[in-house]
Amino acid sequence: MKQVAKKEGVRTTGIPSKEELEASPGYPNHEALERGPIVVIECVQDIPCNPCEMACPKRAITVGNPITQLPVFYAEKCDGCGICIPICPGQAIFRVDITYAEDKATVSFPYEFLPMPKKGDMVQGVNRAGEAVCEAEVLRIQRPKKFNHTAVITVTVPKNLAMEVRSIKRLKP
Amino acid sequence: MGKTEIYVVGGGSAGMAAAIEAARAGAKVTVIDENERPGGQLFKQIHKFFGSGVHRAGTRGVQIGRALLKEAEEAGVKTRLNTVVYGIYPGKRLGLICEDHTEELASPIIILATGASENALAFTGWTLPGVMGAGATQTLININRVLPGRRALMVGAGNVGLIVTYQLLQAGADVAAIVEGLPYIGGYGVHASKVRRAGVPILTSHTVLRAEGNESVERAVIALMDEKWQPVAGTEEVLEVDTICLAVGLSPLAELAWMAGCRFSYLPALGGWVPVHDENMESSLQGIYVAGDLAGIEEASTAMEEGRLAGLSAAEALGYLSLEVAEARKIEVRERLAALRIGSFGDGRAIAKRELLRARCKK
Repeated sequence: MKQVAKKEGVRTTGIPSKEELEASPGYPNHEALERGPIVVIECVQDIPCNPCEMACPKRAITVGNPITQLPVFYAEKCDGCGICIPICPGQAIFRVDITYAEDKATVSFPYEFLPMPKKGDMVQGVNRAGEAVCEAEVLRIQRPKKFNHTAVITVTVPKNLAMEVRSIKRLKP
Repeated sequence: MGKTEIYVVGGGSAGMAAAIEAARAGAKVTVIDENERPGGQLFKQIHKFFGSGVHRAGTRGVQIGRALLKEAEEAGVKTRLNTVVYGIYPGKRLGLICEDHTEELASPIIILATGASENALAFTGWTLPGVMGAGATQTLININRVLPGRRALMVGAGNVGLIVTYQLLQAGADVAAIVEGLPYIGGYGVHASKVRRAGVPILTSHTVLRAEGNESVERAVIALMDEKWQPVAGTEEVLEVDTICLAVGLSPLAELAWMAGCRFSYLPALGGWVPVHDENMESSLQGIYVAGDLAGIEEASTAMEEGRLAGLSAAEALGYLSLEVAEARKIEVRERLAALRIGSFGDGRAIAKRELLRARCKK
């Protein structure tokens, strides 16, 4: 399909640009990522929403008043538990672990499509534009009741794609 | 049970919230709804709601709907279902059609919470089966659990278009693309990001030129538009789709408010002609309140808060709440409402709502 030349950014493409992400107070820097698994909040618009703030048991996320403020993420408080991932109504929170292995990182993301993949499956990792960019192995699927029907899937991806892969290609029944 | 003191027309988010507040205060409330169950559009909202975490944000609309019905039952709200209010007459009399007969009812206070209807878009082939409102699509997939087609084109990248696209994917259909006439995406970026990750392109400054097919939709022809909203020659593209969903805005379902004689203002940011109302949601006519999408197109969370305001004010007017108690409760609700109308997605609605209040004060 022809994609007409257009400006970057979430409002024109639906994909937050690198600049938008890096300017957001929820987006951790590289040093923080190197310490171990932490969440990455890709929330760049002032929408009235704050469930992430109360979700975090470590108080690593604050929104404050008014609730249209962007979530501020304190990476040093985050232990990567990921409880905020299924809570975010915008599905804008992910977990990344670039320390997982020499050449592999893990990415965790919310997933609400059927059929679900199974642990150990090889699937296609997709970027923010939905393009398949790598093979990914399903490491874990969490769907406890408190996630309220949003599964959190963790896959392994090549380390250089840790900040690119944000979901997997939907599986066909 | 005594005679109904408040009839609420419409049992959606706003109407149920109004009925619950008024009934909890002690008023005798009956909700009238044309559907076989109340809840309005809530039961097809299978996504998690935004908003304040202390007020059910993060909960799915369908779960909020179930909670509202339970609260209404506990509060003693009566419901009359499968009942259409066809008219409203002097003396706050309502004309009803219920199954095999008609009826006339009256109550000192009426709360109109009739909601909205989907806007249509006319293009060549738009009457072919397979062209439908995005809201209708959502009812089909999430309430009736029927797929309208295998592969759809979504027209409109506001929140409705983005959310219904995502839910079509969840239901097992494919969405070939979302076309949006504006040069930008009107809905929340996070909704857009979800469908982009799922592989659906969003084409801004694009429109649907025509639907083609013999018995029903087989193809859609889309094209890029210039700044004057004219299709650019040579940019036509054919998409193999069997469904075209229209998510091009909503308009307040205002017939009863017009018929009652409520004063209106034209406010595009709120969906067009909207009955003016005061801070208590009372229209220009004493004892007739309006709430929810009828009082300006917004979303379910604001509709519920407006309903609460109307319900509290109605109970106060009937003498069930003292001025102090009612005011204290209403201030809380108004603060929550204000919080839902800030930021770049809320400012326009906040300004338009203030204009409605000003228009109500005139005269």
